[in-house]
Amino acid sequence: MTPSRQSYHHLDRGLKQTVDWWLIILYLAIALIGCVSIYASIHSSDPSSIFDLNTRSGKQILWLGISLVVDLVILFAINPRIWEVVSSMGYILVLILLVVVIFVSKDVKGSHSWFELGPIKFQPAEVSKITTSLMLAGIMSRPNFKFNSQAGLLSVALVLGLPMLAILGESETGSALVYVGFVFVLYREGLSGWWLALIGLAILLFIFTLVFNWKVTALVLVGICLIYYLYFLKHTRKEARNARRAVLLRVLAVIAGGLMLIFATDFIFNNVLQDHQRGRIEVLLGLKEDPSGVGYNVRQSMIAIGSGGFAGKGFLSGTQTTYGFVPEQSTDFIFCTIGEEWGFLGCIFLLLLYVALISRIVSDADKCREAFTRIYGYCLASCLFMHLFINIGMTIGLMPVIGIPLPMLSYGGSSLLAFSIFIFIFIALYRQENKYF
Amino acid sequence: MEINRKNKLLIGLWIVALVLIGKLFYIQIIDKGYKEDASNNSMVYVDIYPPRGIIYDRNGEVLVGNTVCYDILVTPRDVKQFDTLALATALDTTVDFLRSRMKYYREYRSRIGYRTVTLLKQVPPSTYIKFAEQEYRFPGFRAQARSIREYPFNAGGNLLGYISEVDANYISKHPEYEAGDYVGRTGLEAAMEQQLKGEKGYHIFLRDARNRVQSAYAEGKEDKPAVPGKDIVSTIDAHLQQYGQRLMEGKVGSVVAIEPSTGEILAMVSSPGIDVDVLSDIGKHYAEISANPRKPMFNRTVMASYPPGSVFKLVNGLIGLQEGVLVPEDSYPCHGGYYYTATRKLGCHAHTSPLRFRDAIATSCNGYFCYVFKDILDNKKYSSTTEAFDVWRDYVTSFGFGNSLGSDFPSELGGNIPTSNYYNKIYGKNRWRFQTVISLSIGQGEIGATPLQIANLAAIMANRGYYIPPHIVKDSEGVKIDPKYHERVYTKVDTSHFETAVEGMYMAVNGGSTAAGTAYNASIPGLDVCGKTGTAQNPHGKDNSVFICFAPKDNPKIAVAAYVENAGFGATWALPVASLMLEKYLNGEISEKRKPMEERMLTTKFF
Repeated sequence: MTPSRQSYHHLDRGLKQTVDWWLIILYLAIALIGCVSIYASIHSSDPSSIFDLNTRSGKQILWLGISLVVDLVILFAINPRIWEVVSSMGYILVLILLVVVIFVSKDVKGSHSWFELGPIKFQPAEVSKITTSLMLAGIMSRPNFKFNSQAGLLSVALVLGLPMLAILGESETGSALVYVGFVFVLYREGLSGWWLALIGLAILLFIFTLVFNWKVTALVLVGICLIYYLYFLKHTRKEARNARRAVLLRVLAVIAGGLMLIFATDFIFNNVLQDHQRGRIEVLLGLKEDPSGVGYNVRQSMIAIGSGGFAGKGFLSGTQTTYGFVPEQSTDFIFCTIGEEWGFLGCIFLLLLYVALISRIVSDADKCREAFTRIYGYCLASCLFMHLFINIGMTIGLMPVIGIPLPMLSYGGSSLLAFSIFIFIFIALYRQENKYF
Repeated sequence: MEINRKNKLLIGLWIVALVLIGKLFYIQIIDKGYKEDASNNSMVYVDIYPPRGIIYDRNGEVLVGNTVCYDILVTPRDVKQFDTLALATALDTTVDFLRSRMKYYREYRSRIGYRTVTLLKQVPPSTYIKFAEQEYRFPGFRAQARSIREYPFNAGGNLLGYISEVDANYISKHPEYEAGDYVGRTGLEAAMEQQLKGEKGYHIFLRDARNRVQSAYAEGKEDKPAVPGKDIVSTIDAHLQQYGQRLMEGKVGSVVAIEPSTGEILAMVSSPGIDVDVLSDIGKHYAEISANPRKPMFNRTVMASYPPGSVFKLVNGLIGLQEGVLVPEDSYPCHGGYYYTATRKLGCHAHTSPLRFRDAIATSCNGYFCYVFKDILDNKKYSSTTEAFDVWRDYVTSFGFGNSLGSDFPSELGGNIPTSNYYNKIYGKNRWRFQTVISLSIGQGEIGATPLQIANLAAIMANRGYYIPPHIVKDSEGVKIDPKYHERVYTKVDTSHFETAVEGMYMAVNGGSTAAGTAYNASIPGLDVCGKTGTAQNPHGKDNSVFICFAPKDNPKIAVAAYVENAGFGATWALPVASLMLEKYLNGEISEKRKPMEERMLTTKFF
């Protein structure tokens, strides 16, 4: 056997057996649906070709081509080992960009998050999800990393907190919210489930404070804690005094923290959030009725989706979308086009594609023996999940209007490219895993 | 499945996915509201208003036609900065008006949303042209053509009626109407609303979020064309109607002319009436009309309830003949009246005495009919006055009195014929007798009839005993009238008795002044006019003047009743009006000899 023939043979076997083709198929399916939906969303009574490069659909197809080239490069030309090596550098570089962009960018609807280099626009927040994931995977996969240690917790908090703060500084609340998803990664890696519960409780308290008032919310908080404590007492032996005292302290701490949160909420709501975000939350919670103002987007979006019915109105036949009732139609509200033209069936199909993609990533990641690949995979899955939930939740009125794209589907070259890189780094890492173990 | 953290997270993922699917299921499958909202959002239904049916008179003259005017519409959301003065000039309105409207739209912008509202109604074509030239300067404003009523003939506002835009109150009672629709409110317009209105159609356009129309929906295939209203042929003779109005000008009262053989109303004049010029824009004049003390909106022909006076003697006489208490050859004395107690007399005018039935009609002798009425009520056939009265009332109502005649004219009332109960209540049961109600014998007292009923009496006399319910709409292509308007309604008096009464009416007109015929002025050579005068006492002022007549005597073509309020003796005012109508209809013109009478009628105005 000649060496060249040997390597060819190796590559052949490796491609078939090591690459998770399902991920690639799901990725391509979603991206292509995206191109078609963008075409449908910009479709008007004066139609043009889907490939017309002057239109958004043409541009998106071009960007998909670019992304595919980059995907191939990541898959075949770059040694996946490099990602762990460059993770710290990449993280720091992007963090700097995140901060710099606040000062050099133009104001776009209140946020300062875009670099403009001639015709190319670029949002460091898109990339920061990748670098943060790599960084998190990097530090958490070190053999001496321990969750329980103060150093471990602190480093994780810093790695996640710094970009999150910078993005909040850019007023990109949506992107910052995606970072909350990393808590799922931490949970998988051993963080106590209590943290999940606490975050859930915090969100609950926040909403209750806004909808009702601090008295009701405080009562709810104390009630929940009391029920929990009584439940705990019933199920532990009387002799376990230390355990009881520890739980009591914990409950008291939660009550104290919760009360602080409740009182802070008013402050946060009135001083941290911007007017339009406050308005959106108010509309979502039903505190304000203003269909042609803040609620207009959601209202029109829900009309578009709702009017799709069971099987939809048919491709290019959506009246809501074709006639421009839904703002941000091809970007953040792309799901409307699918809901209106393909109906309930189309929505379920698309949702299942995403759920399949995310669970496939989770299953693949969980199988990995390399901690770095596993953690990175969970980070990827969490980010996709947060985008999916927030975006679709927003279009159907479950979430406030938070401008984040639907992965691979929404119009936007940099977003598509970023998600492609995000996913294909994982595919490459996973392939390497299959190759060597 | 192992419950590890990976699987817990995957379960969480599925739960969230199911929550999303659940909400999608709700808004896409269960809640239908979003579908309606979507079509409201994107489809603009632009109404196509059908032209209302045309109303013709019996000879094909157009009484009510259509003409075009324009509504100026505005979509406040699309309005840009514009030159208020230029627009005000183009629309023949004031800057202040425009400013106040625009201010109103701004104030209610959330309620108006993307809707289009009406700024000005019924702008004439001349103004529209000025606006159209400059329309491009005023984005958000446009004009919409509408068809409005036009009246080539001044054939009487009360008869034709007016149409007006439906208000909220009307819509709540008639849900098939929408704001912006017009509906016939009175007269013929109201009577024939169902036929005249036609059916609205619509264009469907697709619009975008800024309410800009993008294209016709489904290439207009789903559009619905408007169905024009059906044309109506009225029984009215436009020229006669107009002539009647001229004769009645300046007088308060009514003239009704009926073709006896068909029951078709040839003319129906209520004076003072509403001029047709006012009709097409009634809203503007409404306050002024309703403030008029002579109530021009009040259609006297079908709504007023007048004592019929002496013309009612015909009815009493006929009842007497039918009941057998009166034989035509019987004579009753009358020396200036009838003493119904030793000292109380119902007075009469000077004429020969005693006289027979025919002459009593011709001279309109009060005394004679007191005897007749006394015989009817004191008839030994019946156990009491009450019972006899009920029989009498039965006869009277068979002449079309006391109840509405069931004409097709809206708001027709029935006048009033008192019942025995009515008197029982006032005087006590069996505590009243003929003397109590003696004024009924000469058509006075508690009795009330509409001019239409009085004209119908003329038709009954002309037909010798029956009438066809009077109506104002004829059968025509597309519109068939109720078959009851072709059927004879007989009175309870045998037709054989009528001839003598008609003879009396003939004598009244043609007996010559020496024979004390009360209506000799109504005689028209060659027409064999039959007539009966009446002077109804009016508790509120001067007597009302009544006259009924028909001609020719054999095979009559027209029956007329004229009722002039507060005008004194019937022969002076009502007679000339009715007889001129008759002459005009039958001869087409007024003979030289009678010109002075016409002149007097046309020029005398009481107000």
